[in-house]
Amino acid sequence: MRNELSLILVVLLLLLAELFSNRQGKKAIITLAVGLFLVHTIVGFLPTSHGELFGGMYRNTPLIVLMKNLLNVGVLVVFLQSSYWLRLPENEHRFTEFFLLTLSTLIGMSYMISSGNFLMFYLGLELASIPITALAAFNIRKMESIEAGAKFILLAALSSGIMLFGISLIYGTTGSIYFSDVMAGMSMHPAQIVATTFFIAGLAFKISLVPFHLWTADVYEGSPTSVAAYLSVISKGASVFILIIVLFTVFRDVVTAWKPLLAVISIATMTTGNIFALRQQNIQRFLAFSSVAQAGFILLGIISGSEYGMAAVVYFVLVYVFSNLGAFGVVAVVRYRTGKQNIGDYDGFYQTNPKLSLVMLLSLFSLAGIPPVAGFFGKFFLFAAAAEQGMYWLVIIAVLNTIISLYYYLLVVKAMFLHKSEEPIEKIQGDFMMNIALVVIVFGILFIGIYSPVFEWI
Amino acid sequence: MLVISAVRNLKMVRVVGAIGMGVQLFYVVYLLLVFLGERSSGNTSEMLFVHDVVWYQSLNIHYAVGVDGVSISLLLLTAVVIFAGIFASWEVEYRVREFFITLILLATGVFGFFISIDLFTMFLFYELAVIPMYLLIGIWGTGPKEYSAMKLTLMLMGASALLLVGVLGIYFNSAPDDGALTFNYIDISHIHLPRSAQMFFFPLTFIGFGVLAALFPFHTWSPDGHASAPTAVSMLHAGVLMKLGVYGALIIAVMLMPQAAVEMAWLFIILATIGAVYGAMGAIAQKDLKYINAYSSVSHVGLILFATLMFNQVAFEGAVLQMISHGLITALFFALIGMIYGRTHTRNIYEMGGLMKVMPVLGVAYLIASFAALGLPGFSAFVAEMTIFVGAFQHAEIFIRVVSILAVSSIVITAVYMLRAAAILLLGPLKKQEYAQLPDAHWYDKIAVFLLIAVITGIGMFPGWLSDMVYSGLGPMFSRFISN
Repeated sequence: MRNELSLILVVLLLLLAELFSNRQGKKAIITLAVGLFLVHTIVGFLPTSHGELFGGMYRNTPLIVLMKNLLNVGVLVVFLQSSYWLRLPENEHRFTEFFLLTLSTLIGMSYMISSGNFLMFYLGLELASIPITALAAFNIRKMESIEAGAKFILLAALSSGIMLFGISLIYGTTGSIYFSDVMAGMSMHPAQIVATTFFIAGLAFKISLVPFHLWTADVYEGSPTSVAAYLSVISKGASVFILIIVLFTVFRDVVTAWKPLLAVISIATMTTGNIFALRQQNIQRFLAFSSVAQAGFILLGIISGSEYGMAAVVYFVLVYVFSNLGAFGVVAVVRYRTGKQNIGDYDGFYQTNPKLSLVMLLSLFSLAGIPPVAGFFGKFFLFAAAAEQGMYWLVIIAVLNTIISLYYYLLVVKAMFLHKSEEPIEKIQGDFMMNIALVVIVFGILFIGIYSPVFEWI
Repeated sequence: MLVISAVRNLKMVRVVGAIGMGVQLFYVVYLLLVFLGERSSGNTSEMLFVHDVVWYQSLNIHYAVGVDGVSISLLLLTAVVIFAGIFASWEVEYRVREFFITLILLATGVFGFFISIDLFTMFLFYELAVIPMYLLIGIWGTGPKEYSAMKLTLMLMGASALLLVGVLGIYFNSAPDDGALTFNYIDISHIHLPRSAQMFFFPLTFIGFGVLAALFPFHTWSPDGHASAPTAVSMLHAGVLMKLGVYGALIIAVMLMPQAAVEMAWLFIILATIGAVYGAMGAIAQKDLKYINAYSSVSHVGLILFATLMFNQVAFEGAVLQMISHGLITALFFALIGMIYGRTHTRNIYEMGGLMKVMPVLGVAYLIASFAALGLPGFSAFVAEMTIFVGAFQHAEIFIRVVSILAVSSIVITAVYMLRAAAILLLGPLKKQEYAQLPDAHWYDKIAVFLLIAVITGIGMFPGWLSDMVYSGLGPMFSRFISN
């Protein structure tokens, strides 16, 4: 419980700070928030106890602790990246809300991951989803932001409803909502297979799997960049974690039902994401589709159904956190300073902003899976996990998709490095916090891959 | 054993690059001498100077490197070519620092590939070598560089995708009865992989490597890629990277999956032969010097692939010799073409003529290169091609005899286009009067060119040490091949 308790503590402290500070003090809140969260993240790494609470509703294992720590690190980076944006005049009065909302979703996700029964899981899921709506609509003066929020809440509600239906079917057929009891009661009963499918469908929405991905592009495009970053990495990552936990434990006995289903979804997701990404001009939409495709890759590890597959997935999410946040970080910098969002605007970026270009290059290469950055290792382990189970055709399709994805990542690289431009984006002065974030990311991307004990530990 | 010198923040970038690569060359020669010393003193273990570090325990991935006779000769090739390449790039002006960094990064990938014993490490270095190509061609190239760069990168990455599946397939089949799975290809070569697995993964792996070696019909990236690339990159690419493909095909595809190799050989032999002849024909039709050379490379490397599929030790030796010989020759060619282009600003042979009068050093060098390329005795290509065909003719089947004759015919065609190009370019009256003012080779050009010519001639005249080394390197591999 320590993770959630400290998060709640941070939230309360921020609320108090917001209430009791005057105009001057408000600016300091951003720093305060980041500082508090940093402390929280560090505390998360200290050893903690494992076991169950509330009669099995809440579980804690080393793996779960690791997952939460991973998410914490990711959110920390998101906070660092958002600091400049929050200081902008338009956000003058509301930045504390940003932190409160984000932390609320994080609390929800933590509960979701730690859940021991479906009720806790659902609570966590809802707590995670609803504040995201407000976050997506944060730019209340922009139409696309509000539209993003509206789309998100509608679809979130719909998918939650479907999932709840599935859960109720499970309760109906097994008589319990506790994971351990349900696990014993699962068999290939048709109602239960339906329930499994609905459950997967509900989570598939959050992970942006085909055909539940349609919200992704619009919401990512309309939201503020930091929110899109958060969505693409943390929300997706948490959902992946809980999916893999539930599938491997609760639904283990119906594996023959969900394995082929996930295989098909995986292929569809990778392909759709890649094909749509090819045509995008807006870089946030572009990253949206790219993350859809990455979700497809992650499924490979889940499909393998092995312990090794699980390790590969967690490792890949770690790498993905760094790579995607790197890309979003650069996009954020460009968008907030200059308002430009199209890939065409990035022409000649290297001439004026060499360091940012390099960060973007590394991030994109990591996403594409090129050695020696970490993304290569992540992808390789995922493919190895699938190959271990003999699913070579799936791996072939996956690697072919990697090639397609390389093409569109290279398009951005091409714009930045190869094209010359009449009016390149002016040299952007780094913001301290953002720079820290980017440095951390680069470090992570470069070394996580090569430094193998990271993987071993997982 | 290899240290990458990353060049940073120095105005004297080129000099540092030259020194770095010079040191590298020195290392390799030193390694070579020590290696020969070891061999002659009776050390017959398969791989020498093995350095093995466990990397990912759970997957049994090691960072394992070592050399044998074959790989050390390829290392020598790489070191020579890149050393020459640095000097041939002396005149790069745009973003010099990044150019050399990327170039050296590329070289790292190549060196790493040749010394890897572990499949994962090998694959890592292979991919590492592909991406700098994109940047190098796209930023510093000429002509339709973006298109060429993208086509090249995507096709090579496509090949590596196939390769990845192949490697994983080999890995997961590498312990049929007992023990752990391994990525170490020396260990794998002692094991007999199940036939069904071989039949599935051999084509994937062979084609995966073959694309890099311009296997017909996957060679289409090559002409545009070579032509659009800056000089040193073409040298390195045609000279060394394509050999990476063949080396991989030989060591991995053929050696580790011999059953499938023998059964499927006929298909790939046909493709290789077509490549050899078609490449040569294609070269005849070209007007642009670089395209001539690019097609010529397709043709000659097709010959190497051809030899690889002959499955006897003589042919394998011929293949390796040709790898080195062609690597040097084509590097020389591209270097010369780069120098000529830098002066005349055209690569169209019909627009140039009589250059021999103006640039005697370069002209003679070009003639020497042409003679070497068509297999004149006294130069390395003769030794190599002779060996290949002796090896090929040891087969008695009609099929092999026929394709061998076809492949030999490519040599004749080579003579045609080489001599034609040389004649149009160098002899006869000056096409344009302003050419009379062009400078001949600068000091840095001379270093590159003379070095390459020296090695080509040296190998041509005294092939013994090299061929013995290669032969003995192939020995253990081959005996396993037979037993499988």
